[in-house]
Amino acid sequence: MTASTVVAPGPPRTRRGSGTATTLLVAAALLAAVVASLAIGPRALPPSVVLDALAAFDPTNADHLIVTEVRLPRTVIGLLAGLALGPAGVLAQGLTRNPIAEPGILGLNTGAALAVVLAIGLLGIRSLTAYVWFGFVGAGLAAVVVAGVAGVGGRSATSPATLALAGAALTAGLGSVTTAILLTDPNAFEDYRFWQVGSLAGRDLGIAAQAAPFVAAGLALALLCGPTLNALALGDDVARSFGRHVRRDRAVCGVALVVLAGAATAVAGPIAFVGLTVPHVVRALAGPDHRRLLPLAALAAPTLLLVADVVGRLVAAPREVQVGIVTAVLGAPVFVWFVRRKRFVR
Amino acid sequence: MTQTQRSGARPGSTAPTIAPGSALAALRSARSRSRRRVGLVGAVLAAAVVLAFLATVSLGDYPIPPGDLLTSLVGAGPARVEFVVTRLRLPRALAGLAVGAALGLAGALFQRLLRNPLASPDVIGVGAGASAAAVTAFTLFGLSGAGVSAAAVIGAAGTATLIVVLARRGGPGGGLQGVRFVLIGVGIGSALLAVVSWLMTTASLTTAQQTLLWLTGSLNGVTWAATTPLLVAVAVLVPLALVAARALPRLELGDEAAAALGLPVERARLALLAVGVLLVAAAVAVAGPVSFVALVSGPVAARLAGPGRGSLPHAALVGALLVLAADLIARHLLGDVPLPVGVVTGVVGAPYLLWLLARSRTRGAT
Repeated sequence: MTASTVVAPGPPRTRRGSGTATTLLVAAALLAAVVASLAIGPRALPPSVVLDALAAFDPTNADHLIVTEVRLPRTVIGLLAGLALGPAGVLAQGLTRNPIAEPGILGLNTGAALAVVLAIGLLGIRSLTAYVWFGFVGAGLAAVVVAGVAGVGGRSATSPATLALAGAALTAGLGSVTTAILLTDPNAFEDYRFWQVGSLAGRDLGIAAQAAPFVAAGLALALLCGPTLNALALGDDVARSFGRHVRRDRAVCGVALVVLAGAATAVAGPIAFVGLTVPHVVRALAGPDHRRLLPLAALAAPTLLLVADVVGRLVAAPREVQVGIVTAVLGAPVFVWFVRRKRFVR
Repeated sequence: MTQTQRSGARPGSTAPTIAPGSALAALRSARSRSRRRVGLVGAVLAAAVVLAFLATVSLGDYPIPPGDLLTSLVGAGPARVEFVVTRLRLPRALAGLAVGAALGLAGALFQRLLRNPLASPDVIGVGAGASAAAVTAFTLFGLSGAGVSAAAVIGAAGTATLIVVLARRGGPGGGLQGVRFVLIGVGIGSALLAVVSWLMTTASLTTAQQTLLWLTGSLNGVTWAATTPLLVAVAVLVPLALVAARALPRLELGDEAAAALGLPVERARLALLAVGVLLVAAAVAVAGPVSFVALVSGPVAARLAGPGRGSLPHAALVGALLVLAADLIARHLLGDVPLPVGVVTGVVGAPYLLWLLARSRTRGAT
């Protein structure tokens, strides 16, 4: 074996089955989830009606309207939010080298939430379309603060614990400001308590169109981050010795993370658990190589979101349970199961 | 290099040839210096807690001069002053003291036991369990007062038990080792918080607002009915915690070394967890999950006093000081609108922790 093969930074080939099969499986699951999201709801519609609504739309038919005006936007919103949240979770965990990192723990969701509350409470804005931009700015500012405090991009290596601790501090601080505003302004609270659970309902395709470019850009950037995250997983020093420009790489992936987390929060509100659970699930399927984890997470997260949304429509019909709550309640046992497996913790 | 040369050249220097006796003396003097610092910091903190306590009792819409305050505390003051002090202010001040001490101590216990600065009870789901149970009690069942407190205690204890059971049965190498326990706690905590969010959307606006107030952590309207059980609980639990904490230095050596030193590792760990959870439950039952106190007290105390056994009582003092001072600010910040104490602990605690992190990073420490 020559020296050059020894120092090659590529991760070892994974032992767990063939990559294509896994990808196909996850993609098939996503397809099934999309179909389910269009076909299943509190009002039972036969598949032929759903197909007609998409192929030969009749605006006077109430059943067609349910499909195109209610189920289709929800499905698209779920797809977009999932596409953003899955890779965002992988990025957050890879960048911080911390298995419990996710946009929520890093404080990005609270940043977005505070910005939205400020928009409702101080500026009197009450439209979901405008929340998109505030959510975005809030998540971005929170990320800048956390990264600045934890010294991401500084000369010395950033400790994952510091980063997570900074996120927790920011979460608590911004959460308190949010609470203070909400306690003094009942109207803002009335709007906020429905926004803060995370839901795919009540959003139209305009919001999807608004956020789509951001999701696309963030996703493209995130998919480029695979090799970076693989190198960072070995530690900053080792990554540097492979010739990686650690600071710049981290900054690029951090931007991808903020864009994705901000866009997801903007379209669907803060959705718990998807960013935390999905990376662990795809890691169990595909091994530790981030180049495969990122696209797989982008396929798996929308699946989870759409399935959770369908469950939420049915479980308490005619009322519905918002998707953010279903993902948390469904995701927690899955997450605990993964954590409890023998080899999960070294 | 130059350092050793210079000191070696200096006559009478001990650097090149350390006699065993002088090294021991140096060690001893360093130890007594750190012990003196621990004692000094403790005394200063205790004095600050006393000051904050007195300020809580004497400041307010009806200010009470220090002279009247002292006489009414011993029961010899004017009737009006005595009513305000013993009926209105004292239960609140004592509750703040006890809540802060309990949260600070519990947070430091968890953090040292699980060897993770993030592993304070509010992060790993114990606080979420208490919140979910309490919010269920008053949104779905319309309970209030003692019913909500009981629900919070049951919720905290139940969640902690669930997490411990799940973490223990994780196969060989499972046990209560830090990472698994923390991860399971975070997972269960997020699910419970989602349930809380959902309950808030189903409740009426008024109930939801009360929920939000409680979730933030508030001492508003605390009476003797809530304070007395809390004081009893804390008076029992704090000594227990300090006794149980005597196992911590050995646990920190690692499981095998601790077992070799004759420590029943799992039992010691369970005892510490149980005391910590009960402390949190007692505090949350009265004041709600006051944000940040449990997370921040331990690190602050360790930084003030230097790491070591002394930092647990210090964490309790820091917690008490934090809650009392924050409650003072919360009551007077917005004039007529009394904010809940949790808003201030969060707003003040967060920048402090951020600053601490930024500073320790530039200095090269952890």
